[in-house]
Amino acid sequence: MENSLVVTIKNLVKQFPVGGDYFTALKDINLNITKGEFTGLIGPSGSGKTTLLNIIGGLDSPTKGKVSALGNSLNDTSHNVRARLRRKHMGFIFQSYNLLPVYTVFENVELPLILNNVEMKKRKAIVKEAVASVGLSNKLDSRPNMLSGGECQRTAIARAIVHQPGLVLADEPTANLDAENSHHIMKILTDLNQKLDTSFIFATHDEKIMDYLRRIIHLDDGQITEDEFIKNSKVDTSK
Amino acid sequence: MIKFLTKGLIRDRSRSFFPVLVITLTVALVVFSIGFLKGTMNSLLLDTAVILTGHEKVVTRAYHEESQLLPNDLALFGVDQLIEDLNQKYPKFFWSPRITFAGLLDAPDKNGETKEQGPVLAFGIDFFSDGSRELEIWELERLLVDGTLPNNRDDALISSKLASQLNVQAGEKITFIGSTMDNAFTTYSFNIAGIFNLRKGQTDKQMMLVDLSGAREALDMDKAASAIFGFTHSLYYDDEEAVALRTKFNDTHSDSLDIFSPFMLALRDGNQMGTMVDISGAMMAIMGGIFLVVVMVVLWNMGLMSGLRRYGEVGLRLALGESKGHVYRSMIYEAVIIGLAGTVTGTTIGLTLTYYVQENGIDYTKGIEALSNSSMVMPNVFYSQVTPDLFYIGFVPGVLATVLGTMLAGLAIYKREMAQLFKELEI
Repeated sequence: MENSLVVTIKNLVKQFPVGGDYFTALKDINLNITKGEFTGLIGPSGSGKTTLLNIIGGLDSPTKGKVSALGNSLNDTSHNVRARLRRKHMGFIFQSYNLLPVYTVFENVELPLILNNVEMKKRKAIVKEAVASVGLSNKLDSRPNMLSGGECQRTAIARAIVHQPGLVLADEPTANLDAENSHHIMKILTDLNQKLDTSFIFATHDEKIMDYLRRIIHLDDGQITEDEFIKNSKVDTSK
Repeated sequence: MIKFLTKGLIRDRSRSFFPVLVITLTVALVVFSIGFLKGTMNSLLLDTAVILTGHEKVVTRAYHEESQLLPNDLALFGVDQLIEDLNQKYPKFFWSPRITFAGLLDAPDKNGETKEQGPVLAFGIDFFSDGSRELEIWELERLLVDGTLPNNRDDALISSKLASQLNVQAGEKITFIGSTMDNAFTTYSFNIAGIFNLRKGQTDKQMMLVDLSGAREALDMDKAASAIFGFTHSLYYDDEEAVALRTKFNDTHSDSLDIFSPFMLALRDGNQMGTMVDISGAMMAIMGGIFLVVVMVVLWNMGLMSGLRRYGEVGLRLALGESKGHVYRSMIYEAVIIGLAGTVTGTTIGLTLTYYVQENGIDYTKGIEALSNSSMVMPNVFYSQVTPDLFYIGFVPGVLATVLGTMLAGLAIYKREMAQLFKELEI
């Protein structure tokens, strides 16, 4: 069971200095996320969702407590070690896509593989497969300014999963999309979750996402107020 | 990664084309301005050098003491041998004899009676020897306004101002009235082969140029010369080199007890020329320095802005797991490539422009004519000068400033709060 744990958090506290005092963003968080989970961190603004996502992604350090992701402790590790963990084993999806405008869809998706020193010949096939999995094979040579919002986010998803990470962190991935595109994106993500057995963690307060999640962790004022596993989600677990 | 970044660099004109363009133009401007500044300063010095001092001048000690009186009775003897020695020992310079003399010029009418008379300052220069560069350094072909260049020892060139004063034209005869080197009275007739205009203000008001052989004949100065002038082959005056050569020559060749021993003077040793050389050097350093600093600030700022504009891209790359050091280094490499591309292009353009103006000059005749009543000695045409430092001076602003600006902007990468990346990338 321990081996299937992707994220382990014990007694996590995160404080930020504010003036001469400290603001506690996360209070005594205990959480385990297993391989293949499709989890949402839900809560109002300021509840600590993004802070928790930052700490899991190695973008921030805990003040107290122990955090490990994909078997790597994130306590007292250097920037380079955490960068390597993100590069090799994590994918990121942002609210505003953050595609590099001068590169094509192919090249944007290729970036994580370049950072991981994957050979050029292998890269080509892997990128094409990732782009195909989000249904953009006909847009390989398009630049972001030629794509719709939904297509941009699908490109960002392909970029997040192209190196087959163990964990994908998504911060409000559907916030900039209309309902139809949001559902399309979530459908793609659930399919990828099934196919790749990659764990997904979303920070969101978008109601449209809720139906797809298999686990919802409610946060309020830096604390987990509820942790529910959904059996009848739209994620097809039968595969 | 390099290929990936290069692709982005080429496609993003705001990161490649425009910075390269700015650097190219700036570096070209720096190279040309400094070349023009140096050329202009050198033009001012060269005018004096050609007429009065040479870059180096060898005279007898006694002639030097009385030089204001043009004392040809104290002239150098055995000039040919001395020139041979100088050419052998100091091959960086070319050496040429000169006789400077003054007297009266008489212009007769068709009956042989005096039409006009006036004072003349004459120079006997070597027109006819093989390899002589006198015609070139005086630029006489270009400055000739009537007639031809001298063809024999009795031919003379007179300035247009003197021709006007004496009411003579090319083809007429004039008679020099003066004294020989032995202080005997002499008259000697010259044919006016041509009329020139030095285009240097009032400098040539009473000037006549004759061949050295004609001057020797007129003044009875066989194998003698008032002075031997030395010029660098590039005609560019290097004060440090000139002073070193002068000191070395005087230490080895000049005998303070022998008033007829040769004595070398650098350009700066002439009347107030040292001050002029120092002032021109200081002016050039100050103007060049200020210009260079301004340009560096511009390019530094461009490097800084270029780095800051890519805040989003850098954030994404950090989030995707690229190390801070790697991102920082890649930005520096880019700045080096951009800086080098702009600098090489800019230096090439700047040098081409400098070379063109070096060969053709910029003519300020009308402006200088406005000063024609002034006693200032000013060249009418300003030339730039291609010097070795122009080949690398552009790299200071072009590469160094751009890279330093980028390095400074890149420091923000290290100070960046990684915890804010998600927030920042939401924009």
